[in-house]
Amino acid sequence: MTGKAHCYQRDHINTDEIIPARYLNMDKEADLAKHAMEDIDTDFVRRVKEGDVIVAGVDFGCGSSREHAVWALRGAGVRAVIADTFARIFYRNCINNGFIAIECRGISQKVATGDNLEIDVEKGIIKNLTKNERYEFPAIPDFARDIIDAGGLLDYISRKVK
Amino acid sequence: MGNTITEKILAAHCSRDSVKPGELINAEIDVIMCHDVTTTPAIDMLAEKGLSKVAYPERVVIMPDHFVPNKDIKSAEMVARIRRWAREQNIEKFYDLGRHGVCHALLPEQGHVKPGTTIICGDSHTSTHGALGAFSTGIGSTDLAAALATGELWFKVPETMLFRLSGKLGKGVYAKDVILEIIRRIGVDGALYKTMEFTGELIEALSVESRMTICNMAIEAGGKSGIINPDQKTTDYVKARTDEPFEIYQSDPDAEYCQIIEIDVSNLEPLVAFPHLPSNGQPVSQIPDIPVDQAYLGSCTNGRIEDLRVAAEILKGKKVARNTRMIVVPATTEIWKQANREGLLDIFMNAGATVSTPTCGACLGGHMGILAAGERCISSTNRNFVGRMGSPKSEVYLGSPATVAASAVEGKIADPRKYLQEKP
Repeated sequence: MTGKAHCYQRDHINTDEIIPARYLNMDKEADLAKHAMEDIDTDFVRRVKEGDVIVAGVDFGCGSSREHAVWALRGAGVRAVIADTFARIFYRNCINNGFIAIECRGISQKVATGDNLEIDVEKGIIKNLTKNERYEFPAIPDFARDIIDAGGLLDYISRKVK
Repeated sequence: MGNTITEKILAAHCSRDSVKPGELINAEIDVIMCHDVTTTPAIDMLAEKGLSKVAYPERVVIMPDHFVPNKDIKSAEMVARIRRWAREQNIEKFYDLGRHGVCHALLPEQGHVKPGTTIICGDSHTSTHGALGAFSTGIGSTDLAAALATGELWFKVPETMLFRLSGKLGKGVYAKDVILEIIRRIGVDGALYKTMEFTGELIEALSVESRMTICNMAIEAGGKSGIINPDQKTTDYVKARTDEPFEIYQSDPDAEYCQIIEIDVSNLEPLVAFPHLPSNGQPVSQIPDIPVDQAYLGSCTNGRIEDLRVAAEILKGKKVARNTRMIVVPATTEIWKQANREGLLDIFMNAGATVSTPTCGACLGGHMGILAAGERCISSTNRNFVGRMGSPKSEVYLGSPATVAASAVEGKIADPRKYLQEKP
Protein backbone atom coordinates (compact mmCIF):
# COMPACT_ATOMS: atom_id res chain seq x y z
CA MET A 1 0.00 0.00 0.00
CA THR A 2 1.25 3.48 -0.89
CA GLY A 3 0.05 6.78 0.49
CA LYS A 4 0.97 10.37 1.16
CA ALA A 5 1.99 11.26 4.72
CA HIS A 6 0.40 13.85 6.98
CA CYS A 7 2.99 14.19 9.72
CA TYR A 8 2.30 15.45 13.26
CA GLN A 9 5.45 15.43 15.32
CA ARG A 10 3.53 16.22 18.49
CA ASP A 11 3.11 13.54 21.16
CA HIS A 12 -0.13 12.61 22.93
CA ILE A 13 -2.59 13.57 20.19
CA ASN A 14 -5.83 12.59 21.89
CA THR A 15 -9.18 11.35 20.64
CA ASP A 16 -10.86 14.64 21.66
CA GLU A 17 -8.66 16.28 19.02
CA ILE A 18 -9.21 13.53 16.45
CA ILE A 19 -13.00 13.76 16.84
CA PRO A 20 -14.31 16.34 19.35
CA ALA A 21 -17.10 15.27 21.71
CA ARG A 22 -19.46 17.84 20.21
CA TYR A 23 -19.87 15.42 17.29
CA LEU A 24 -20.49 12.32 19.40
CA ASN A 25 -24.23 12.67 18.94
CA MET A 26 -23.48 11.06 15.55
CA ASP A 27 -21.97 7.66 14.87
CA LYS A 28 -21.94 7.27 11.08
CA GLU A 29 -18.52 7.23 9.47
CA ALA A 30 -19.46 9.71 6.74
CA ASP A 31 -20.76 12.27 9.28
CA LEU A 32 -17.75 11.93 11.56
CA ALA A 33 -15.31 12.11 8.65
CA LYS A 34 -16.22 15.75 8.03
CA HIS A 35 -14.67 16.63 11.39
CA ALA A 36 -11.61 14.37 11.50
CA MET A 37 -8.63 15.98 13.28
CA GLU A 38 -10.65 19.18 13.60
CA ASP A 39 -9.26 20.38 16.93
CA ILE A 40 -5.63 19.88 15.97
CA ASP A 41 -5.72 20.69 12.24
CA THR A 42 -8.82 22.49 10.99
CA ASP A 43 -7.70 22.16 7.38
CA PHE A 44 -7.05 18.40 7.48
CA VAL A 45 -10.28 17.22 5.88
CA ARG A 46 -9.78 19.55 2.92
CA ARG A 47 -6.25 18.26 2.27
CA VAL A 48 -6.60 14.56 2.97
CA LYS A 49 -6.96 12.21 -0.01
CA GLU A 50 -8.15 8.61 -0.14
CA GLY A 51 -5.27 6.32 0.80
CA ASP A 52 -3.25 8.87 2.78
CA VAL A 53 -1.36 7.96 5.94
CA ILE A 54 -1.09 9.79 9.27
CA VAL A 55 2.32 9.82 10.96
CA ALA A 56 2.54 10.94 14.58
CA GLY A 57 4.60 10.93 17.78
CA VAL A 58 4.16 8.90 20.93
CA ASP A 59 0.87 7.89 22.56
CA PHE A 60 -1.33 8.65 19.55
CA GLY A 61 -5.04 8.31 20.33
CA CYS A 62 -4.85 8.76 24.10
CA GLY A 63 -7.84 9.78 26.19
CA SER A 64 -11.44 8.86 25.52
CA SER A 65 -12.23 5.33 24.30
CA ARG A 66 -14.41 6.66 21.47
CA GLU A 67 -14.03 4.37 18.48
CA HIS A 68 -15.46 7.32 16.54
CA ALA A 69 -11.81 8.44 16.25
CA VAL A 70 -10.95 5.43 14.08
CA TRP A 71 -14.14 5.82 12.03
CA ALA A 72 -13.56 9.54 11.48
CA LEU A 73 -10.05 8.91 10.15
CA ARG A 74 -11.09 5.96 8.00
CA GLY A 75 -14.11 7.85 6.70
CA ALA A 76 -11.88 10.78 5.75
CA GLY A 77 -9.83 8.44 3.57
CA VAL A 78 -6.94 7.66 5.90
CA ARG A 79 -5.64 4.16 5.16
CA ALA A 80 -3.22 3.73 8.07
CA VAL A 81 -1.71 5.48 11.08
CA ILE A 82 1.98 5.08 11.84
CA ALA A 83 3.08 6.39 15.23
CA ASP A 84 6.03 6.14 17.59
CA THR A 85 3.58 4.51 20.04
CA PHE A 86 -0.18 4.24 20.44
CA ALA A 87 -2.49 4.63 23.40
CA ARG A 88 -3.98 1.28 24.28
CA ILE A 89 -7.70 1.67 23.59
CA PHE A 90 -7.15 3.43 20.26
CA TYR A 91 -4.73 0.69 19.18
CA ARG A 92 -7.24 -1.96 20.16
CA ASN A 93 -10.01 -0.15 18.29
CA CYS A 94 -7.82 -0.10 15.16
CA ILE A 95 -7.25 -3.86 15.31
CA ASN A 96 -10.93 -4.52 15.98
CA ASN A 97 -11.84 -2.47 12.89
CA GLY A 98 -9.28 -4.11 10.65
CA PHE A 99 -7.63 -0.67 10.37
CA ILE A 100 -3.85 -0.59 10.04
CA ALA A 101 -2.00 0.93 13.03
CA ILE A 102 1.76 0.52 12.94
CA GLU A 103 4.11 1.21 15.83
CA CYS A 104 7.44 2.42 14.47
CA ARG A 105 9.68 4.17 17.00
CA GLY A 106 11.19 7.43 15.78
CA ILE A 107 9.00 7.63 12.66
CA SER A 108 7.64 11.08 13.51
CA GLN A 109 11.15 12.55 13.29
CA LYS A 110 11.96 10.92 9.95
CA VAL A 111 8.92 11.51 7.79
CA ALA A 112 7.68 14.90 6.57
CA THR A 113 4.22 15.87 5.39
CA GLY A 114 3.90 15.11 1.71
CA ASP A 115 6.36 12.19 1.68
CA ASN A 116 5.16 9.18 -0.26
CA LEU A 117 5.22 6.05 1.88
CA GLU A 118 5.01 2.46 0.72
CA ILE A 119 4.01 0.13 3.55
CA ASP A 120 4.63 -3.61 3.52
CA VAL A 121 2.70 -4.93 6.49
CA GLU A 122 3.84 -8.54 5.93
CA LYS A 123 7.53 -7.73 5.94
CA GLY A 124 7.38 -4.89 8.45
CA ILE A 125 8.96 -2.32 6.15
CA ILE A 126 8.04 1.27 5.32
CA LYS A 127 9.75 2.74 2.25
CA ASN A 128 9.91 6.52 2.06
CA LEU A 129 9.80 6.93 -1.72
CA THR A 130 10.31 10.70 -1.49
CA LYS A 131 13.45 10.55 0.64
CA ASN A 132 14.57 7.14 -0.54
CA GLU A 133 14.72 5.84 3.03
CA ARG A 134 13.59 2.62 4.60
CA TYR A 135 12.23 2.04 8.10
CA GLU A 136 11.53 -1.26 9.80
CA PHE A 137 8.81 -1.97 12.31
CA PRO A 138 7.99 -5.00 14.50
CA ALA A 139 5.48 -7.30 12.82
CA ILE A 140 1.87 -6.88 13.86
CA PRO A 141 1.19 -9.82 16.26
CA ASP A 142 -0.41 -12.90 14.64
CA PHE A 143 -3.55 -12.65 16.72
CA ALA A 144 -4.08 -9.05 15.64
CA ARG A 145 -3.29 -9.98 12.04
CA ASP A 146 -5.96 -12.68 12.11
CA ILE A 147 -8.55 -10.12 13.26
CA ILE A 148 -7.40 -7.56 10.69
CA ASP A 149 -7.42 -10.15 7.91
CA ALA A 150 -10.94 -11.25 8.89
CA GLY A 151 -12.04 -7.64 8.41
CA GLY A 152 -12.38 -6.86 12.10
CA LEU A 153 -13.25 -8.46 15.43
CA LEU A 154 -16.93 -9.07 14.73
CA ASP A 155 -16.26 -10.91 11.49
CA TYR A 156 -13.60 -12.86 13.33
CA ILE A 157 -15.93 -14.00 16.11
CA SER A 158 -19.11 -14.31 14.04
CA ARG A 159 -17.92 -17.63 12.63
CA LYS A 160 -17.48 -18.90 16.18
CA VAL A 161 -20.88 -17.75 17.39
CA LYS A 162 -23.02 -18.85 14.45
CA MET B 1 6.74 -16.42 41.88
CA GLY B 2 3.28 -15.39 43.03
CA ASN B 3 0.59 -13.59 41.11
CA THR B 4 -0.98 -10.16 41.21
CA ILE B 5 -4.67 -9.65 41.90
CA THR B 6 -5.14 -8.75 38.23
CA GLU B 7 -3.51 -11.98 37.04
CA LYS B 8 -5.62 -14.02 39.46
CA ILE B 9 -8.89 -12.45 38.35
CA LEU B 10 -8.04 -12.90 34.67
CA ALA B 11 -6.95 -16.52 35.20
CA ALA B 12 -10.20 -17.32 36.99
CA HIS B 13 -12.14 -15.80 34.08
CA CYS B 14 -10.49 -17.96 31.42
CA SER B 15 -10.57 -21.19 33.46
CA ARG B 16 -6.83 -21.32 34.00
CA ASP B 17 -4.76 -21.81 37.13
CA SER B 18 -2.57 -18.86 36.28
CA VAL B 19 -1.75 -16.40 33.51
CA LYS B 20 1.38 -14.38 32.82
CA PRO B 21 1.80 -10.85 31.44
CA GLY B 22 1.87 -10.83 27.63
CA GLU B 23 -0.39 -13.86 27.21
CA LEU B 24 -3.48 -13.43 25.06
CA ILE B 25 -6.64 -14.74 26.67
CA ASN B 26 -10.38 -14.76 26.15
CA ALA B 27 -11.89 -13.69 29.44
CA GLU B 28 -15.46 -14.16 30.63
CA ILE B 29 -17.04 -10.74 31.28
CA ASP B 30 -19.26 -10.37 34.36
CA VAL B 31 -20.57 -6.84 33.87
CA ILE B 32 -21.07 -5.01 30.58
CA MET B 33 -21.94 -1.37 31.17
CA CYS B 34 -23.49 0.61 28.32
CA HIS B 35 -23.86 4.40 28.07
CA ASP B 36 -25.41 6.65 25.46
CA VAL B 37 -22.40 7.53 23.32
CA THR B 38 -20.70 4.23 22.52
CA THR B 39 -23.62 1.78 22.58
CA THR B 40 -25.61 2.59 19.43
CA PRO B 41 -22.66 1.80 17.12
CA ALA B 42 -22.37 -1.59 18.86
CA ILE B 43 -26.09 -2.26 18.37
CA ASP B 44 -25.76 -1.43 14.65
CA MET B 45 -22.71 -3.64 14.20
CA LEU B 46 -24.41 -6.59 15.84
CA ALA B 47 -27.47 -6.22 13.63
CA GLU B 48 -25.30 -5.92 10.54
CA LYS B 49 -23.37 -9.09 11.35
CA GLY B 50 -26.47 -11.06 12.27
CA LEU B 51 -25.32 -11.39 15.90
CA SER B 52 -28.17 -9.38 17.30
CA LYS B 53 -28.97 -11.56 20.34
CA VAL B 54 -27.28 -10.49 23.56
CA ALA B 55 -25.75 -13.61 25.09
CA TYR B 56 -26.33 -12.73 28.75
CA PRO B 57 -28.84 -9.87 29.20
CA GLU B 58 -28.55 -10.20 32.98
CA ARG B 59 -24.91 -9.05 32.82
CA VAL B 60 -25.76 -5.82 31.00
CA VAL B 61 -26.30 -2.54 32.87
CA ILE B 62 -27.45 0.48 30.85
CA MET B 63 -27.09 4.05 32.03
CA PRO B 64 -27.27 6.94 29.57
CA ASP B 65 -25.17 9.71 31.10
CA HIS B 66 -23.10 11.74 28.66
CA PHE B 67 -25.79 13.90 27.08
CA VAL B 68 -28.61 13.42 29.61
CA PRO B 69 -31.10 14.96 29.89
CA ASN B 70 -31.04 14.70 26.08
CA LYS B 71 -29.16 17.72 24.81
CA ASP B 72 -30.50 17.71 21.26
CA ILE B 73 -32.54 15.68 18.77
CA LYS B 74 -29.63 13.47 17.74
CA SER B 75 -28.78 12.46 21.30
CA ALA B 76 -32.48 11.93 22.07
CA GLU B 77 -32.68 9.53 19.15
CA MET B 78 -29.60 7.64 20.31
CA VAL B 79 -31.12 7.02 23.74
CA ALA B 80 -34.51 6.16 22.21
CA ARG B 81 -32.81 3.46 20.14
CA ILE B 82 -31.02 2.11 23.22
CA ARG B 83 -34.35 1.93 25.10
CA ARG B 84 -35.95 -0.05 22.26
CA TRP B 85 -32.97 -2.38 22.06
CA ALA B 86 -32.99 -2.97 25.83
CA ARG B 87 -36.67 -3.97 25.65
CA GLU B 88 -36.05 -6.32 22.71
CA GLN B 89 -33.13 -7.93 24.51
CA ASN B 90 -34.89 -8.18 27.90
CA ILE B 91 -32.21 -6.12 29.60
CA GLU B 92 -33.76 -5.09 32.90
CA LYS B 93 -30.97 -3.05 34.50
CA PHE B 94 -31.69 0.31 32.88
CA TYR B 95 -31.10 3.53 34.81
CA ASP B 96 -33.20 6.05 32.92
CA LEU B 97 -33.76 9.71 33.80
CA GLY B 98 -34.87 9.96 37.42
CA ARG B 99 -32.58 7.12 38.52
CA HIS B 100 -29.73 8.33 36.34
CA GLY B 101 -26.15 9.21 37.08
CA VAL B 102 -22.63 9.32 35.71
CA CYS B 103 -21.97 5.67 34.94
CA HIS B 104 -18.78 5.19 36.96
CA ALA B 105 -20.39 6.69 40.05
CA LEU B 106 -23.69 4.87 39.56
CA LEU B 107 -22.37 1.34 38.87
CA PRO B 108 -20.67 0.82 42.25
CA GLU B 109 -23.31 2.83 44.13
CA GLN B 110 -26.04 0.51 42.88
CA GLY B 111 -24.15 -2.64 43.85
CA HIS B 112 -23.10 -3.78 40.38
CA VAL B 113 -19.37 -3.75 41.18
CA LYS B 114 -18.13 -6.75 43.16
CA PRO B 115 -14.55 -7.69 44.01
CA GLY B 116 -12.99 -10.34 41.80
CA THR B 117 -15.22 -9.65 38.79
CA THR B 118 -14.46 -8.47 35.26
CA ILE B 119 -16.13 -5.28 34.05
CA ILE B 120 -16.02 -3.48 30.72
CA CYS B 121 -17.62 -0.35 29.33
CA GLY B 122 -17.12 1.66 26.17
CA ASP B 123 -15.61 4.40 28.26
CA SER B 124 -12.01 5.04 29.20
CA HIS B 125 -12.72 5.82 32.86
CA THR B 126 -13.96 2.28 33.48
CA SER B 127 -10.68 1.87 35.39
CA THR B 128 -12.62 3.38 38.34
CA HIS B 129 -14.06 0.05 39.48
CA GLY B 130 -10.68 -1.45 40.25
CA ALA B 131 -11.04 0.49 43.50
CA LEU B 132 -13.25 -2.39 44.68
CA GLY B 133 -10.83 -5.10 43.62
CA ALA B 134 -12.34 -5.85 40.19
CA PHE B 135 -10.59 -6.03 36.82
CA SER B 136 -12.25 -3.17 35.00
CA THR B 137 -11.19 -1.57 31.75
CA GLY B 138 -12.36 0.75 29.00
CA ILE B 139 -12.89 -0.55 25.48
CA GLY B 140 -14.41 0.62 22.19
CA SER B 141 -17.76 -0.08 20.57
CA THR B 142 -16.59 -3.12 18.58
CA ASP B 143 -15.31 -4.71 21.78
CA LEU B 144 -18.60 -3.84 23.41
CA ALA B 145 -20.47 -5.54 20.57
CA ALA B 146 -18.25 -8.63 20.81
CA ALA B 147 -18.79 -8.88 24.57
CA LEU B 148 -22.55 -8.45 24.18
CA ALA B 149 -22.67 -11.22 21.57
CA THR B 150 -20.42 -13.73 23.33
CA GLY B 151 -20.01 -12.76 26.99
CA GLU B 152 -16.24 -12.76 26.57
CA LEU B 153 -13.47 -10.55 25.26
CA TRP B 154 -9.82 -10.88 24.26
CA PHE B 155 -7.14 -9.34 26.44
CA LYS B 156 -3.41 -9.30 26.61
CA VAL B 157 -2.59 -9.94 30.26
CA PRO B 158 -1.04 -6.66 31.40
CA GLU B 159 2.12 -6.15 33.37
CA THR B 160 1.50 -4.51 36.73
CA MET B 161 3.14 -1.39 38.14
CA LEU B 162 2.93 -1.19 41.92
CA PHE B 163 2.46 2.19 43.60
CA ARG B 164 3.26 1.98 47.29
CA LEU B 165 1.86 5.10 48.92
CA SER B 166 2.95 6.00 52.42
CA GLY B 167 2.37 8.91 54.77
CA LYS B 168 -0.70 10.89 55.76
CA LEU B 169 -2.36 13.57 53.65
CA GLY B 170 -2.08 17.09 55.01
CA LYS B 171 -4.96 19.52 55.39
CA GLY B 172 -6.62 20.37 52.05
CA VAL B 173 -4.88 17.54 50.19
CA TYR B 174 -6.97 14.72 48.75
CA ALA B 175 -6.95 11.60 46.59
CA LYS B 176 -7.21 13.84 43.51
CA ASP B 177 -3.94 15.52 44.41
CA VAL B 178 -2.32 12.11 44.88
CA ILE B 179 -3.30 10.83 41.45
CA LEU B 180 -2.32 14.14 39.82
CA GLU B 181 1.08 13.76 41.52
CA ILE B 182 1.44 10.20 40.24
CA ILE B 183 0.59 11.29 36.69
CA ARG B 184 2.94 14.26 37.02
CA ARG B 185 5.75 11.85 37.92
CA ILE B 186 5.21 9.14 35.31
CA GLY B 187 3.56 11.12 32.49
CA VAL B 188 0.38 10.57 30.51
CA ASP B 189 1.78 7.41 28.96
CA GLY B 190 3.83 6.31 31.97
CA ALA B 191 1.62 3.27 32.52
CA LEU B 192 0.81 2.53 28.87
CA TYR B 193 -0.77 -0.96 28.48
CA LYS B 194 -0.15 -1.66 32.18
CA THR B 195 -2.22 -2.15 35.30
CA MET B 196 -1.61 0.33 38.09
CA GLU B 197 -1.96 -1.37 41.47
CA PHE B 198 -2.17 1.00 44.44
CA THR B 199 -1.24 -0.09 47.93
CA GLY B 200 0.23 1.14 51.21
CA GLU B 201 -0.78 2.96 54.34
CA LEU B 202 -2.35 5.87 52.44
CA ILE B 203 -4.65 3.58 50.46
CA GLU B 204 -5.69 1.78 53.65
CA ALA B 205 -6.63 5.13 55.18
CA LEU B 206 -8.63 6.36 52.20
CA SER B 207 -12.38 5.93 51.85
CA VAL B 208 -13.71 3.69 49.09
CA GLU B 209 -14.84 6.83 47.23
CA SER B 210 -11.38 8.38 47.36
CA ARG B 211 -9.92 5.11 46.08
CA MET B 212 -12.30 5.41 43.13
CA THR B 213 -10.89 8.86 42.34
CA ILE B 214 -7.40 7.37 42.16
CA CYS B 215 -8.33 4.35 40.00
CA ASN B 216 -10.55 6.55 37.80
CA MET B 217 -7.55 8.48 36.51
CA ALA B 218 -5.31 5.45 35.83
CA ILE B 219 -6.25 5.96 32.17
CA GLU B 220 -4.76 9.47 32.32
CA ALA B 221 -1.38 7.77 32.77
CA GLY B 222 -2.20 5.43 29.86
CA GLY B 223 -3.04 2.51 32.17
CA LYS B 224 -5.23 -0.40 31.13
CA SER B 225 -6.70 -0.54 34.60
CA GLY B 226 -6.23 0.61 38.16
CA ILE B 227 -6.74 -1.78 41.05
CA ILE B 228 -6.70 -1.93 44.83
CA ASN B 229 -6.67 -5.12 46.92
CA PRO B 230 -9.98 -5.42 48.78
CA ASP B 231 -10.09 -4.91 52.55
CA GLN B 232 -12.79 -4.56 55.20
CA LYS B 233 -13.86 -1.17 53.81
CA THR B 234 -14.35 -2.75 50.39
CA THR B 235 -16.49 -5.61 51.64
CA ASP B 236 -18.52 -3.30 53.89
CA TYR B 237 -19.22 -1.01 50.91
CA VAL B 238 -20.20 -3.86 48.61
CA LYS B 239 -22.30 -5.83 51.14
CA ALA B 240 -24.30 -2.70 51.91
CA ARG B 241 -25.34 -2.66 48.25
CA THR B 242 -25.74 -6.26 47.08
CA ASP B 243 -26.56 -9.67 48.51
CA GLU B 244 -24.82 -11.47 45.66
CA PRO B 245 -21.77 -13.53 46.59
CA PHE B 246 -18.29 -12.58 45.41
CA GLU B 247 -14.76 -13.84 45.61
CA ILE B 248 -11.86 -11.84 47.02
CA TYR B 249 -8.50 -12.05 45.29
CA GLN B 250 -5.32 -10.52 46.70
CA SER B 251 -1.87 -10.03 45.23
CA ASP B 252 0.66 -12.50 46.62
CA PRO B 253 3.55 -11.03 48.64
CA ASP B 254 5.94 -12.38 46.00
CA ALA B 255 3.90 -11.26 42.98
CA GLU B 256 5.95 -9.96 40.09
CA TYR B 257 5.75 -6.25 39.24
CA CYS B 258 7.37 -4.60 36.23
CA GLN B 259 8.04 -1.51 38.34
CA ILE B 260 7.57 -0.47 41.96
CA ILE B 261 7.16 3.22 42.72
CA GLU B 262 7.22 4.46 46.30
CA ILE B 263 5.67 7.81 47.12
CA ASP B 264 5.45 9.48 50.52
CA VAL B 265 2.48 11.86 50.41
CA SER B 266 3.21 13.57 53.73
CA ASN B 267 4.51 16.77 52.15
CA LEU B 268 2.22 16.77 49.12
CA GLU B 269 0.48 20.07 48.37
CA PRO B 270 -2.80 20.57 46.52
CA LEU B 271 -1.94 20.29 42.83
CA VAL B 272 -3.35 22.03 39.79
CA ALA B 273 -2.83 20.43 36.36
CA PHE B 274 -2.28 23.13 33.75
CA PRO B 275 -3.56 22.95 30.18
CA HIS B 276 -3.44 20.76 28.16
CA LEU B 277 -2.31 17.56 29.88
CA PRO B 278 -3.24 15.97 33.21
CA SER B 279 0.50 15.48 33.83
CA ASN B 280 1.09 19.25 34.07
CA GLY B 281 0.52 19.37 37.83
CA GLN B 282 1.97 22.27 39.81
CA PRO B 283 1.78 22.94 43.56
CA VAL B 284 -0.97 25.49 44.16
CA SER B 285 1.29 27.64 46.37
CA GLN B 286 3.68 28.23 43.51
CA ILE B 287 1.39 29.34 40.73
CA PRO B 288 0.75 32.91 39.55
CA ASP B 289 -2.66 34.61 39.63
CA ILE B 290 -4.92 32.75 37.20
CA PRO B 291 -8.43 34.23 37.03
CA VAL B 292 -11.18 31.72 36.23
CA ASP B 293 -14.49 32.27 34.43
CA GLN B 294 -15.95 28.98 35.59
CA ALA B 295 -15.50 26.53 38.45
CA TYR B 296 -16.86 23.04 37.75
CA LEU B 297 -17.51 20.48 40.47
CA GLY B 298 -18.64 17.08 39.26
CA SER B 299 -17.79 14.08 37.04
CA CYS B 300 -16.94 10.41 37.54
CA THR B 301 -13.68 11.54 39.14
CA ASN B 302 -14.99 13.91 41.79
CA GLY B 303 -18.78 14.22 41.86
CA ARG B 304 -19.47 11.97 44.84
CA ILE B 305 -20.92 12.95 48.22
CA GLU B 306 -17.58 13.37 49.99
CA ASP B 307 -16.50 15.73 47.20
CA LEU B 308 -19.63 17.82 47.62
CA ARG B 309 -19.16 17.89 51.40
CA VAL B 310 -15.63 19.25 51.12
CA ALA B 311 -16.68 21.92 48.64
CA ALA B 312 -19.65 22.90 50.83
CA GLU B 313 -17.39 23.25 53.86
CA ILE B 314 -15.42 25.86 51.95
CA LEU B 315 -18.41 27.62 50.36
CA LYS B 316 -20.59 27.77 53.48
CA GLY B 317 -21.46 31.41 54.17
CA LYS B 318 -19.32 32.64 51.28
CA LYS B 319 -20.05 33.88 47.78
CA VAL B 320 -18.76 32.81 44.42
CA ALA B 321 -16.64 35.68 43.05
CA ARG B 322 -18.43 38.28 40.91
CA ASN B 323 -16.81 37.39 37.60
CA THR B 324 -16.88 33.63 38.12
CA ARG B 325 -19.74 31.18 37.70
CA MET B 326 -19.81 27.86 39.52
CA ILE B 327 -21.56 24.70 38.38
CA VAL B 328 -22.11 21.79 40.78
CA VAL B 329 -23.10 18.45 39.27
CA PRO B 330 -23.78 15.69 41.81
CA ALA B 331 -22.74 12.52 39.99
CA THR B 332 -25.86 10.44 40.65
CA THR B 333 -29.49 10.89 41.63
CA GLU B 334 -28.82 9.32 45.05
CA ILE B 335 -25.88 11.68 45.63
CA TRP B 336 -28.10 14.62 44.64
CA LYS B 337 -30.74 13.52 47.15
CA GLN B 338 -28.17 12.93 49.88
CA ALA B 339 -26.60 16.35 49.28
CA ASN B 340 -30.07 17.87 49.46
CA ARG B 341 -30.82 16.13 52.78
CA GLU B 342 -27.52 17.35 54.21
CA GLY B 343 -28.23 20.94 53.15
CA LEU B 344 -25.26 21.02 50.79
CA LEU B 345 -27.33 22.11 47.80
CA ASP B 346 -28.59 25.11 49.77
CA ILE B 347 -25.03 26.05 50.64
CA PHE B 348 -24.06 25.96 46.96
CA MET B 349 -27.10 27.89 45.78
CA ASN B 350 -26.75 30.49 48.54
CA ALA B 351 -23.14 31.00 47.54
CA GLY B 352 -24.30 31.80 44.02
CA ALA B 353 -23.36 28.50 42.42
CA THR B 354 -25.88 26.56 40.38
CA VAL B 355 -26.67 22.88 40.91
CA SER B 356 -27.55 20.73 37.93
CA THR B 357 -28.99 17.26 37.53
CA PRO B 358 -26.44 14.43 37.21
CA THR B 359 -24.78 14.29 33.77
CA CYS B 360 -21.31 13.96 32.24
CA GLY B 361 -22.33 17.26 30.69
CA ALA B 362 -19.59 19.81 30.38
CA CYS B 363 -16.75 17.53 31.54
CA LEU B 364 -16.38 16.37 27.96
CA GLY B 365 -17.72 19.51 26.34
CA GLY B 366 -21.15 17.95 25.86
CA HIS B 367 -23.58 20.49 27.32
CA MET B 368 -24.62 22.31 30.53
CA GLY B 369 -21.57 24.51 30.99
CA ILE B 370 -19.58 24.78 27.75
CA LEU B 371 -16.66 27.22 27.64
CA ALA B 372 -16.33 30.06 25.11
CA ALA B 373 -13.09 30.93 23.32
CA GLY B 374 -10.69 32.56 25.76
CA GLU B 375 -12.50 31.29 28.85
CA ARG B 376 -10.78 29.45 31.65
CA CYS B 377 -12.20 26.80 33.97
CA ILE B 378 -10.94 25.20 37.18
CA SER B 379 -12.46 21.75 37.19
CA SER B 380 -12.65 18.67 39.40
CA THR B 381 -12.81 16.51 36.25
CA ASN B 382 -10.13 14.31 34.71
CA ARG B 383 -8.97 15.82 31.40
CA ASN B 384 -7.74 19.22 30.35
CA PHE B 385 -7.10 18.47 26.68
CA VAL B 386 -7.52 21.15 24.02
CA GLY B 387 -11.24 21.84 23.61
CA ARG B 388 -12.23 19.28 26.23
CA MET B 389 -14.90 21.48 27.84
CA GLY B 390 -15.83 23.56 24.83
CA SER B 391 -13.99 25.92 22.51
CA PRO B 392 -10.56 24.72 21.37
CA LYS B 393 -9.46 28.19 22.50
CA SER B 394 -10.60 27.67 26.10
CA GLU B 395 -8.46 26.38 28.96
CA VAL B 396 -9.12 23.75 31.63
CA TYR B 397 -7.16 23.47 34.89
CA LEU B 398 -7.67 20.33 36.98
CA GLY B 399 -7.80 20.25 40.76
CA SER B 400 -9.54 18.69 43.74
CA PRO B 401 -13.11 19.66 44.74
CA ALA B 402 -11.58 21.78 47.54
CA THR B 403 -9.35 23.65 45.09
CA VAL B 404 -12.35 24.19 42.79
CA ALA B 405 -14.44 25.61 45.65
CA ALA B 406 -11.67 27.89 46.95
CA SER B 407 -11.03 29.12 43.41
CA ALA B 408 -14.73 29.88 42.94
CA VAL B 409 -14.66 32.06 46.06
CA GLU B 410 -11.57 33.99 44.99
CA GLY B 411 -12.29 34.11 41.25
CA LYS B 412 -8.82 32.81 40.59
CA ILE B 413 -7.08 29.52 41.19
CA ALA B 414 -6.70 29.37 44.97
CA ASP B 415 -5.18 27.30 47.73
CA PRO B 416 -8.01 25.59 49.65
CA ARG B 417 -6.00 25.08 52.84
CA LYS B 418 -6.76 28.48 54.30
CA TYR B 419 -10.50 27.71 54.21
CA LEU B 420 -10.30 24.43 56.09
CA GLN B 421 -10.07 23.45 59.74
CA GLU B 422 -7.02 21.49 60.83
CA LYS B 423 -7.69 17.75 60.70
CA PRO B 424 -7.72 16.00 64.10
